[in-house]
Amino acid sequence: MAKVTIDGHSIEVPDGTTILQAARMIVDANNYEGANIAPPTMCYYSKLKTSGGYCRTCIVKVTKGSEKDPRPMPKPVASCRTTVMDGMEVVNITSPEVLESRKAVVEFLLINHPLDCPICDQAGECHLQDLGYEHGLAKTRYDFERRTFEKIDIGPYVKLHMTRCIMCFRCIKVADQITDNRFQGMLFRGDASEISTYIEKAIDNDFSGNVIDVCPVGALTDKTFRFKSRVWFAKPMDAHRYCKKCSGKVAIWLKADEVLRVTSRKDKWGEAEEWICNECRFEKKKTSDWIIEGPRHIDRHSVISANHYENLTKLKLDIGKQQKQLADKK
Amino acid sequence: MGIKLLIHNDKVPGIETLAVYRQMGGYASVEKALKTMTPNDVVEEVKKSGLRGRGGAGFPTGMKWSFLFKPEGVERYLVCNADESEPGTFKDRYLMEKIPHALIEGMITSSYALGAKTSYIYIRGEYFYVARILEKAIEEAYAAGWLGKNILGTDFSHDCFVQVGGGAYICGEETALLESLEGKRGNPRIKPPFPAIAGLYGCPTVVNNVETIATVCPIINMGGEEYAKIGIGKSTGTKLISASGHINKPGVYEIELGLPVEEFIYSDEYCGGIINGRKMKAVVAGGSSVPILPTELILKTAKGEPRLMSYESLSDGGFLTGSMLGSGGFIVYDETTSIVKNLYTFARFYHHESCGQCSPCREGTGWMEKILHRIVEGHGKPSDIDLLWDIQRKIEGNTICPLGDAAAWPVASAIRHFRAEFEEYVNHPERIKDVKHYYSVQQVSEAQL
Repeated sequence: MAKVTIDGHSIEVPDGTTILQAARMIVDANNYEGANIAPPTMCYYSKLKTSGGYCRTCIVKVTKGSEKDPRPMPKPVASCRTTVMDGMEVVNITSPEVLESRKAVVEFLLINHPLDCPICDQAGECHLQDLGYEHGLAKTRYDFERRTFEKIDIGPYVKLHMTRCIMCFRCIKVADQITDNRFQGMLFRGDASEISTYIEKAIDNDFSGNVIDVCPVGALTDKTFRFKSRVWFAKPMDAHRYCKKCSGKVAIWLKADEVLRVTSRKDKWGEAEEWICNECRFEKKKTSDWIIEGPRHIDRHSVISANHYENLTKLKLDIGKQQKQLADKK
Repeated sequence: MGIKLLIHNDKVPGIETLAVYRQMGGYASVEKALKTMTPNDVVEEVKKSGLRGRGGAGFPTGMKWSFLFKPEGVERYLVCNADESEPGTFKDRYLMEKIPHALIEGMITSSYALGAKTSYIYIRGEYFYVARILEKAIEEAYAAGWLGKNILGTDFSHDCFVQVGGGAYICGEETALLESLEGKRGNPRIKPPFPAIAGLYGCPTVVNNVETIATVCPIINMGGEEYAKIGIGKSTGTKLISASGHINKPGVYEIELGLPVEEFIYSDEYCGGIINGRKMKAVVAGGSSVPILPTELILKTAKGEPRLMSYESLSDGGFLTGSMLGSGGFIVYDETTSIVKNLYTFARFYHHESCGQCSPCREGTGWMEKILHRIVEGHGKPSDIDLLWDIQRKIEGNTICPLGDAAAWPVASAIRHFRAEFEEYVNHPERIKDVKHYYSVQQVSEAQL
């Protein structure tokens, strides 16, 4: 066990835990009381091995290395790939230096991102949007032409729009780790690099649809859902079906009785709880295919929750009470 | 003449063949190490010598070797980093091209010290002809029994292979080199784990520069303590410097560390002064990524002491008034040089070579190049200089590997020491049109005044 202090909050974690996981544990333990000290992530995904370290949004400063070696680390470190040491002290949101570096990283991520949110399917559930609101500048200092790519169909269900990609490598890790054979990789280098399949080979794999869920931006989108609705107009419901390939536990997004799309259930860090298969995701588009469990909890900070009233029954009771009181007064 | 340990035989005809090399006293260190020393003795000698990595960072080699993780039954590897791609550095090519056996000899001795049964020489793709020379030398060494099973009748067996890279600058970063050697895309790994724990194929690995490995031979031959007497302070021994730019005698020189910079530039033994009798304007002391220094700071430190060719003296004053010895790519600029155009060339190089893994370097290097291009073409804005400064500051230290830093430092130092020149470009674009050199720009501006 190692004791680590992040922004003044201490926690005991098992050896081998990363700073980021420890920060999330602290947030969990405090049950969202106080400030959110968990660093934002764009490329790290706890369910994918060797993910993280690329985007640099989760950088923190280690002010004390460990109990044995108290020297601070000279450079900011990627919290998702740095394991804790006993007695380590880390600053995240309490350090102006870290916040400035994060702001810089967000600016770098955005200079070649198209900012086409009004026509992007990911808008409303986009991690880069959240990050931009939190740390970005209101105005860009980049006045050159942004890089653009042609849209590519990878397989019958997934569209790749490289222009929006921020090179988080998550989809490559999914391809490597949860599907049978690798079908994606990175071509070229530097700011010309792009995610591509093996010479635009179609994806023929039962779990390939998960690349859509892991994509933090709108680079990989569901072709059965593209341009159908804004996510905040759809009603997310927990649902399941008996599937031979996967657990069948999904979130379905309804508009009236129509199933607009099916995604995996995302936890509060925006990560899929369980991978789902392509059959559930793309082919079961009728309400009768699903056993609906109830409305899905959406974080109240999310734009998606704008149209949803969680305590609807209580509200109804309150209104009823008020109406009664008003009637009594009269 | 200064002391020469590495390239003293470079003019001997036929030195690239084993017979002549052996005649000149070659492979003595292998004999000495294998017959009279234990592997630990060799590591101790290297530690005593105070040898520091010649690839750029200057990390003590003996320390690096002693960090090597040595679990039972796990292979260990020695990898020689011959991916010399830093603009301005060409010392390793000279050494490998002229005296290939010096490297092979060093590889055998070093591998014996580390207990590595296999070693690799990772050479950059553009040096394919050097790779042929090395392969020929390795063949000769196998035939003469210096490589292979039971070398010199001892139970030490060793195999050495040459691997030609694809020609990417990033593969000179040790973890990217290992990835490339494993046949993957040459992207730097995220450290830790360091290669000394999990390197090539997940096994403990030491990655050393060509010159570092070649220097192990004279160290073993003369003894670590004797070697440590050469040089100055913690910069022991000799160093190959590849001098280029506006000097009378560009080339590779072996110097004793501690030689005054002024002597190196103006002495006839070395660079032989500035070409056409012009004045010197600036020097990049250790390959394109180290900070550029103007004449007054390269000849004398901020404290007024003469600057010496050593790790400490060149970095005296930090990055504010100092630079780095780096890999020894010594580029001299005379007064006609445009620092802005030079910086644009460097920025274009780093943009081209960024691997694209982490965002600050991937996006930042391209951004800097575009701004510099605009300034060089005469379309710069006054705010561009501060913007450049801000971008380099935000790249530095925020990346996985040192390429981000390497791209940021030249920009920072050029703006720090030559800001007036940038302002000239931005404020008077009409003066730079149709003018080949900055020298002429100065003349134009003087005439207009």
